[in-house]
Amino acid sequence: MVYFLMPEPHTDEAPRISATQSAGSPSLAPERWVDEYGDQLFRFAAARVRDPVIAQDLVQETFLSALQASHTFAGRSSERSWLFGILRNKLFDQYRRQSREVALTDFDAPVPEEQGAFGSSGPGKDGWVARLAPKAWDTPEGTLVHKEFRQVLQSCLGGLPDKVAQVFVLREIDGIESQEVCKLLGLSPNNLWVILHRARMGLRRCLELHWFGNKQIQKTSARDVLTRQPGRK
Amino acid sequence: MLNCRQATRLVSQAMDEKLPLYRRLALRFHLLYCVWCRRYAVQLRLLRRAARDLTPESIEPDSQTLSLQAKEQMRVRLQNALKEPPSSNG
Repeated sequence: MVYFLMPEPHTDEAPRISATQSAGSPSLAPERWVDEYGDQLFRFAAARVRDPVIAQDLVQETFLSALQASHTFAGRSSERSWLFGILRNKLFDQYRRQSREVALTDFDAPVPEEQGAFGSSGPGKDGWVARLAPKAWDTPEGTLVHKEFRQVLQSCLGGLPDKVAQVFVLREIDGIESQEVCKLLGLSPNNLWVILHRARMGLRRCLELHWFGNKQIQKTSARDVLTRQPGRK
Repeated sequence: MLNCRQATRLVSQAMDEKLPLYRRLALRFHLLYCVWCRRYAVQLRLLRRAARDLTPESIEPDSQTLSLQAKEQMRVRLQNALKEPPSSNG
């Protein structure tokens, strides 16, 4: 996904800021923005910067920039996606401003999310401890879009450390290529792999604990679901 | 030979870049005999699909909202900005 590389829409159209928006018109109605899009934009930003105060500022900046750039609104996209495009640009500026310090540098050192999962000594050293080893997941069709499943996933994501969650959101929810994520956040490839490993290890375990471990027996395996609906790479 | 700790890291890393041939072979060999790491690999792919299905719309409407005060502040700033003469450089 390359939306962050795309400039905001351009047009030679004259600015049209209206107090009331007529149906099908490319005009904008800034007086509705806060009520109509404020919460959506805020959730989008908060999931990515993990700080409600910064998220709120970004939404505010988005509205003000949108107002200033209203002459670029062509009406080719919806008002909503246009505002989201502006917010994305604000987010990328924010990532660049963030601290570049990340303590994780050793790719081989144990990470907190692995705690207890692997044997620490004896013949089973660094092998799965049976109690915490991955169990077979039952995933009937529709699991991934199930409302409750999404809530559990989001709650698991909320439990990750901020930096780990942020990297996961950029890479896996926004689908940004690894190199771009490294560039945006000032990470080395090693750091990126360790952080993503932490996120995946932690989320997998959390989902097993709070979702798959509690479900009734179903007929389909995770592998079957993946084969039926190939995912994006 | 890889152990499970190393294998899980490589499973994850392989989702972000192409592994060197010797790593790929070592991982493939490990996955042949380790059912737990095989499951792990499948489940990470499932996690990826689940994550990419998470759109702003899929988030519950009331899960996180701006405070009334914050909204009011935004409205006021927007109204003030609307009153200002339009900027030519956007």
